[in-house]
Amino acid sequence: MKFVFIILGVLLIPLSIAAGLIWVERRLLSVWQDRLGPNRVGPFGLFQVIADTIKLFFKEDWVPPFSDRPVFVMAPGILMITILLTFSVIPFGPGFLVFDSNIGILFFLGNSSLGVYSIVLGGWASNNKYSLIGAMRASAQMLTYEVFMGLSLMGVVMMADSFSFNSIVLAQKHGWFIFPQFVGFIVFFIAGLAETHRLPFDIPEAEGELGAGYHSEYSGMKFGMFFVGEYLGITLISAIMATLFFGGWLGPAFLPPVFWFLFKTMVLICVFILLRASLPRPRYDQLMEFGWKILLPLALLNLLITGAVLIFFK
Amino acid sequence: MDIFFYISAGIAIISTIMAISGRNAIHSLLFLILSLLAISVVFYLLDAPFIAALEVIIYAGAIMVLFIFVTMMLNIGLEHKQEKQWLNPSMWIIPSILAAILLGDLILALRNMPTAVAGAQLIQPKQVGISLFSTYLLAVEIAAILLMAGVIGAYHLGSQKKKVLHRFLEKK
Repeated sequence: MKFVFIILGVLLIPLSIAAGLIWVERRLLSVWQDRLGPNRVGPFGLFQVIADTIKLFFKEDWVPPFSDRPVFVMAPGILMITILLTFSVIPFGPGFLVFDSNIGILFFLGNSSLGVYSIVLGGWASNNKYSLIGAMRASAQMLTYEVFMGLSLMGVVMMADSFSFNSIVLAQKHGWFIFPQFVGFIVFFIAGLAETHRLPFDIPEAEGELGAGYHSEYSGMKFGMFFVGEYLGITLISAIMATLFFGGWLGPAFLPPVFWFLFKTMVLICVFILLRASLPRPRYDQLMEFGWKILLPLALLNLLITGAVLIFFK
Repeated sequence: MDIFFYISAGIAIISTIMAISGRNAIHSLLFLILSLLAISVVFYLLDAPFIAALEVIIYAGAIMVLFIFVTMMLNIGLEHKQEKQWLNPSMWIIPSILAAILLGDLILALRNMPTAVAGAQLIQPKQVGISLFSTYLLAVEIAAILLMAGVIGAYHLGSQKKKVLHRFLEKK
């Protein structure tokens, strides 16, 4: 019985955070841009999400006749499945996790690399020039940033001596990993931004040039899944950063551990939104150059130095 | 546990057959990805979780994305009539007979071998790493040299940058 509650909690908490983020993001953006934002539906516009959801459900769910129908229908599902599956290895609190895997980090990396297919196939199946360009950009961008996303986490793995998220949290009892692994954190943060294709790195959808890119043919709830999937992706990356670098559910004892985990996650999500509000989008080749010429050497150097220091002190 | 093995092995076989016989390039690639995922489940059931994860990350997640990338770039995803001509039924006869003979061979050979017990011991990621960097160190270094050759080749191709000037900066 306890297990059912844990599974429901792990499934519903990220989903509700992701749905709520739609409102949070619009309000926060408007605060930073000195305007009000959605404030009409319910108190402080809180019911805006419900209104949006109802609108999405009642829209016509149109599958273009020129599209590759099975792939077109499948693509948004892949995104949701891969992201929601990853939450099963993240500890929300002591004992509050579905599956304490000894390959937890690899499970996350595998799922995030499978998530690429959602965007690539969605863009390809739409059979539309702009979608195809968006899909090609997405595949190159996400493939590139996956490489050092994995490499940047290996420093943490070496320090905790385990791939399991739970052991990594427990290894941070005497200090968060962000201090010894600051370079790894920065590389992972930027790679996570690119993996979720959030706004400085949203070149796969780039409204200005591609007209929403890979999801321009999607409508109704299929578009809704891409839309919520993006917010779920932010929640996931923030939750993983909170777990790996900020001590996860560890915190002062006057509040429950789950609170500390969610609090850290929410703060990181707000940083993501602040980045969206403040940074312009780089050009495609700038993004690739930045990845291969700066982030990859940084991640490798971090790996080398961490290994050397660990061997020296052992 | 056995039933999971048979299910995933069956999925691997069926999806591989679909990948070979499909006419749409992208659909074939998708079946190939499914086959790789099924094989990763088999690895997991045989208590090699590290290899299972690497199968997903490297094969299903990275290499197949590159395949799809190239297929999209060349735009050969759509069904071709030519493909249909190439894949006429008489094409299948000789390869099927040869494959069937090989399969019979394999079954006969395997019948006399002792069956490996699944779940005999869980192989932790650490053990894989230790054996890679002690017993199989030479193989790892040879693979590293091979990858280095690839990197140097890519650098050589990428360094010859086409110089494009803005039309105002062009020298007349």
